[in-house]
Amino acid sequence: MAEEHSEGLSFHPMDQFTIQPLFGDGPIHWYTPTNTTLWMAISIVGIILLLINATRARAVIPGRAQSVAELAYGFVHKMVEDVTGKEGLKYFPYIFTLFMFIVFSNFLGLIPGAFTPTSHIAVTGFLALAVFISVTLIGFAKHGTHFLGLFWVSSAPMALRPVLAIIEVISYFVRPVSHSIRLGGNMMAGHAVIKVFAAFAPLILMSGVGVLVTPLSILAIVAMYAFEVLVAFIQAYVFTILTCVYLKDALHPAH
Amino acid sequence: MATEQMAAQSQSSGMPQLDFSTFPNQIFWLVVALVVIYLVLSRIALPRISSILAERQNTISGDVAAAEDYKAKAREAEAAYEKALADARSQAQKIVAEMQAELKKQIDAATAKADADITARAAASEAKIAEIRSNALVTVEAVAKDTAAEIVAALGGKADAAALADAVATRVKG
Amino acid sequence: MENVNAVVDLGKYIGAGLACIGMGGAAVGIGHIGGNFLAGALRNPSAAAGQTAMLFISIAFAEAFGIFSFLVALLLMFAV
Repeated sequence: MAEEHSEGLSFHPMDQFTIQPLFGDGPIHWYTPTNTTLWMAISIVGIILLLINATRARAVIPGRAQSVAELAYGFVHKMVEDVTGKEGLKYFPYIFTLFMFIVFSNFLGLIPGAFTPTSHIAVTGFLALAVFISVTLIGFAKHGTHFLGLFWVSSAPMALRPVLAIIEVISYFVRPVSHSIRLGGNMMAGHAVIKVFAAFAPLILMSGVGVLVTPLSILAIVAMYAFEVLVAFIQAYVFTILTCVYLKDALHPAH
Repeated sequence: MATEQMAAQSQSSGMPQLDFSTFPNQIFWLVVALVVIYLVLSRIALPRISSILAERQNTISGDVAAAEDYKAKAREAEAAYEKALADARSQAQKIVAEMQAELKKQIDAATAKADADITARAAASEAKIAEIRSNALVTVEAVAKDTAAEIVAALGGKADAAALADAVATRVKG
Repeated sequence: MENVNAVVDLGKYIGAGLACIGMGGAAVGIGHIGGNFLAGALRNPSAAAGQTAMLFISIAFAEAFGIFSFLVALLLMFAV
């Protein structure tokens, strides 16, 4: 790597995640509009365009954009209903908000030069913690202390139950960690890998090996990009369905 | 700690994800974004989409009901048509039977009339024949009587009129 | 001091490389899930459609550990 540095290749795969103020170059306060603000705003605009502008006609026979909006609605609605049952539908707007935000951030982040808010552990961690805390509160509000039965595996032999309870408690508290790192890590990893491959691309300008390396790296970028399109959707889907699964645990804690 | 220092020193070398100084900023804007999206969705988008879907469901079920209706109507029309056809057929049969009966009656009447006519004529002819015959007999008797009287006279006799009539009558009858 | 830094860098790079072995585990896990799903789906194709959600959840769980190892590698490279 040091060798390549001397030849002029520059590897800065993490630069794309830097938070910068939109205006000027000052310090970042909590209220400073930054690039994450910009791309969240673009996500909101996209969501409004898709879900409100496209459904303006209220057509019984939907157009292209309206059927996409209905598809998204039906997709999440069915997911919530299948996983959590009828009583989970009360929380459908929250889950749909999460899904739309994540899916739009992921896809818009794939535009070259764009910034991906969901690649930051601060964002995904907040989302996961919000889900974790609200699900725990819902569990206690609905079932009181019965909610603790989630950790007490009544189908296991008596001797094993305390051990299992400890494991269950640990795995319960690891949930927000894995929930957030899965989404943030996937987004960050994909973008970083593309950037690493991209750093190899200008090698053709510097050395003879580039004749071989540059086409390969461009091919790799294309392949990774296609894979990232898939991952962008799957991670949004997984985040949403795991939210539903956690919600189901809170609504029906019987193990 | 090391991360914070590094991030503070140079933005490019560390992981921006672990630059905790930007966390309040990101979380603030994330909360703003989520609240905006939630309000937009729950106030406008979700009611609208669910109403569209419900409306479509209604339209589809309405159309299906209408189609059922039309089907029932078509079935009714078919039944009515079948019934009309059967009616017409029976009517036609009735008319044909009536016509046949009428014709038969007419034919019968005509036949009877013809029969009566023929009988009457035959009777009249018979009466006429009988009359002619009896006339003829009378005439024959008279002619025979006259002839016999002439013959008798010619033979030079003088015929008794009563005897002559008896003899002629006996002869004619016999 | 110069030498110490060089050794620290060496350790970082070796550690980052070692952390990447973890991705192999995730790859094995994902292959296992996909293969078993396919085997099950070919035996009973009518039940396969209902289980794709479980497939994706399982893949996400398996993949998360690969991402964790990648994260450790990144942390070693850029943050430590």
